[in-house]
Order: sequence, then structure tokens, then C-alpha cells
Amino acid sequence: MTSLMLRVTAAESLTPLVKRFRFEHPRGATLPLFSGGAHVVVEMPDGDMLRRNAYSLISDPQDGSGYEIAVRREDGGRGGSRFMHGGVRPGDQLRVSLPLNLFALDLRARKHVLIAGGIGITPFIAQVRQLLRMQLPFELHYAARSRTEAAGLHLLPDVPHVHAHISDEGNRMDLGAILSGQPLGTQVYTCGPEGLITAVAQSGARLGWPKSALHSEVFQAPPPGRPFEVMLARSGRTIAVGAHQSLLEALEAAEVEIDWSCRGGACGRCETRVVSCHGRIEHHDHWLSEDEQSAQTRIMPCVSRFRGESLIIDR
Amino acid sequence: MRATEFSPSIPSRPVYGGLRPHGALPSLMLAEGAGGEALAELAKADPPVMRHAQLFYVPSGAPAGPDLAARLRGLGPASYVEGPSWAALRPRFVRALADAHMGTRLYLAGSEGLIGQAMAEALAAGLPLEAIDAEHRGDIARRMQCVHCKGITENVTTDPFICAHCGLNLFVRDHYSRRIGAFQGVCVDAETPGIVPEPQEIKP
Repeated sequence: MTSLMLRVTAAESLTPLVKRFRFEHPRGATLPLFSGGAHVVVEMPDGDMLRRNAYSLISDPQDGSGYEIAVRREDGGRGGSRFMHGGVRPGDQLRVSLPLNLFALDLRARKHVLIAGGIGITPFIAQVRQLLRMQLPFELHYAARSRTEAAGLHLLPDVPHVHAHISDEGNRMDLGAILSGQPLGTQVYTCGPEGLITAVAQSGARLGWPKSALHSEVFQAPPPGRPFEVMLARSGRTIAVGAHQSLLEALEAAEVEIDWSCRGGACGRCETRVVSCHGRIEHHDHWLSEDEQSAQTRIMPCVSRFRGESLIIDR
Repeated sequence: MRATEFSPSIPSRPVYGGLRPHGALPSLMLAEGAGGEALAELAKADPPVMRHAQLFYVPSGAPAGPDLAARLRGLGPASYVEGPSWAALRPRFVRALADAHMGTRLYLAGSEGLIGQAMAEALAAGLPLEAIDAEHRGDIARRMQCVHCKGITENVTTDPFICAHCGLNLFVRDHYSRRIGAFQGVCVDAETPGIVPEPQEIKP
């Protein structure tokens, strides 16, 4: 994974829970440009643990002077966001991967409809800049519980394409209305909680939208679970995976070479062949198809876990 | 007349999955000749499909003739437009596509030339491929594009054939362009001018 050591040049609270961070090259070099929807993986050395979390870039894709991310503090999370909120200050240096986009706009579309829930607004902030620059037709629907929690409102331009749906102002998002009457060639992008993505898929199906026109991105942290053990076929070693650790993190801690990219079960880079499985793989990824998951012959170590007698993987 | 079953070929060669009911969604329907029967069968399988359908029909070449046109009108589509040819109906069909929304389905039935051209218009208008059902009925003549002069020759029934534009002897390929809705015709005697295989009738 190609990465750069970057300096934090700004850390600013947007809302009580969301903080914006800006990274620049320590010697002022220009950073590679990206496209709207791209993310970076930030490495956080936290004690004897190395955490890696993916964050969508919210700065202008055409501006190489720095990368910006917005981080929501998840107090019940695994600690990455708490580390960013509590421990990272301007002047600190962090290792940041080069941008990668798994949620790019389909530029063949006639129109783009962006649907965000909560912190799911982040990939759209850069996409809105890209769409405005390219003068492409779009609308953004942004659902948030309250105006004070809606961090995106501080980051989005004041343009008529942006529609804020604030629940406590009695202005909830009506997906049926958004998805009805869109012109042919419209593509829909959803980012937010799983429930929102499911709701868009269901409304879309009811209104006859083909699945290929509905895109979504969930950045899930690796879910915790029961500790388990995995045997590595190539070395014969057995490694233990802790309750709040992912299999990928356990492999990394054991210094097993493994390629990765999104660390959220979406990109497919860390896909690993299962040599034998006596038990049940708890698949949490969005990469393997349902058939592939139920065959239990492959596992995505970044998010999936195991429960049962024994699991041997091809690593 | 039944839907045509084509022999297996290269992946480029379109196969038409037939018209399947998708419920009472807004739809555009276009049929030519015997393709009208496919629409009538669709309506029989799923009567509500007609309530939101704009139906376009070209009766030409239909063995059942005017009877089929009357039957289609009698199925009670939201609107019914009849024309003497695809060329005559095309502007109204394109207008209907321009007014259509995501969630609209397209049902096409008839010759490959009609299906291909209407599908090309629909895709250019932004209709997703997954929103299109097509069923082949009627003769198996092909719409061919000459790869040399780019001219289109309609209703090709033999292989090889003579390009209606540049006069080259063209071999009928299964290589198909979704964008222009035509098969590719390639000069058959480029290396041995004048030695042209005996024309054979095209098979499904």
C-alpha cells in the first residue's frame, strides 16, 4: 500500500461529534489529485497497536495542496475515531495512504442523485465540487437528525442542488419522492447507515429502478465478535484473533504479508482462500456474492470472522 | 408464431430473453409485425401491465394483418400509436423516451433490425439495459453495417451479400454493435478478389 507521511495542519470541530483534519506534505509538495468519492487510509499508532481507518476525502479533488477528512467520534467504536479526536493535533505527522476511489461517479450518467445520511455525507462533499466544476446535473439529499449534528452543512457550498432533510425540523427525507420522476439516465449514490442503503434499494425496486443504477458505500469498521483462532496453511502457524481485532489486523500483528486497501469489506483486495473450514464464517463483507459466501471457500479478513472448530486459510 | 431461438454463437451476438411481466410499472412498448403477438401474450400473462403502457405498433409484415392491430388496441394500453414503418414512428418513440422517467420499462418485439434500432435509441436516451425486454419474432433478416464504407444494408438474408452502398461482397458476421443496432459485414474477397463463396441463406 503506497502511503505518505503527512503533517496535520488543521484540526477543527465542526459539530460536537465531528472534527475536520487537514493533512499537508511536510515539505509543501503537491499531493496526487483524486476524484470525488475517494478515500484514504490513516494509520494511527495507538500504544502498541497500529490502527488503520479509511476516511473519505472532503477537500477539493483538484486541489493538491492538502487532503482533508471529517471524523465522527464513535464512543462505542474500536478507538480509531477517539484517537483522532483526542490525540491528533496540528504539527503531528501521520502515515496516510494514497487516495483510492471505490465510490466514483459514473460519468456516463445524465444526472446524479446523491443521498447521504449523517456522516455518510463525506464522500459527497468532494463529489459535489467535482459535479459543479464539470457542470453536470445533480441533486444532493442530506438527511441529519438535527441542524447542530449536520456537519456537512459547514462543508457544502450554498447551491440550490443541496437539499437538507432535518428530522427534528419535521423535514424527513422522502425516498419515494426523490426516486420518482427522475429522468432516464439518472444514477443514484447512497452513503450512510445500512438502514438508509436498504431503504433506497427497496424504494428503488418498488419504483422499477434497475440495481445497476443504484450505488452505495458503507464504510464499516470491522465488527467485534468472539475471539477465534485461525491456522495459516503456508507456515502451519496458528494465530489468535481478539474480540475487538479483525483477522486482517491479527495477520498484520503476526507479520504475515497481506495486501489490503479499503479495510471495510468493499474492495476485494484482501480476499483469502479458505483451505478448510469446520464451522461457520461470519461474512460481513460486500465483496463476495451470496453464493460465494455460503460456499465458505473464501473469506475477507478485513471484516469477516469465524465461529466453530477450525479454520485453515491460504496465507 | 413463436419466438425465434438462435443457435449459440459468440457473446457479441444478441439473444433476446423474451418479454416477461414486471408488474404495473410505466412502460413503453414497441412491436412490429408478428411481434405484436408477443405483446398480446404479455398482456394475457399480466393484464395490469397495459394500464401504464404507451404502445407503438408497426403492422407491416404481420401475418395476422389488421386483426392483430385491432387486438392490441383492444388490450387497453394507456396510449396506442400505429405507424406504417419504424422510420415513421421513430420521432414519436424518441419523444416518449425523452419524457420517460427512471423506472420505465421498455418492451420490444419484432425483427432484429427494429429491436436493435429501438434499443440503440433507448440506450442513447439513458434507459438502462436492464430495463429492456426484447423478443424476436418474424423473419431473421439482418441489419448489416459495412465496416468499410459504414453504410447500412437492411434486410440481409444471405451470406455473403453485396453492400448496398459501396458494392463490396460482405461476409455476415455475428459481431454486433449495440450502439448502432447492426451486425458487422466484412469484405469476403479482399485477398482473392472476385472469388466469392456461393451465397447461403442466413440461419437463426
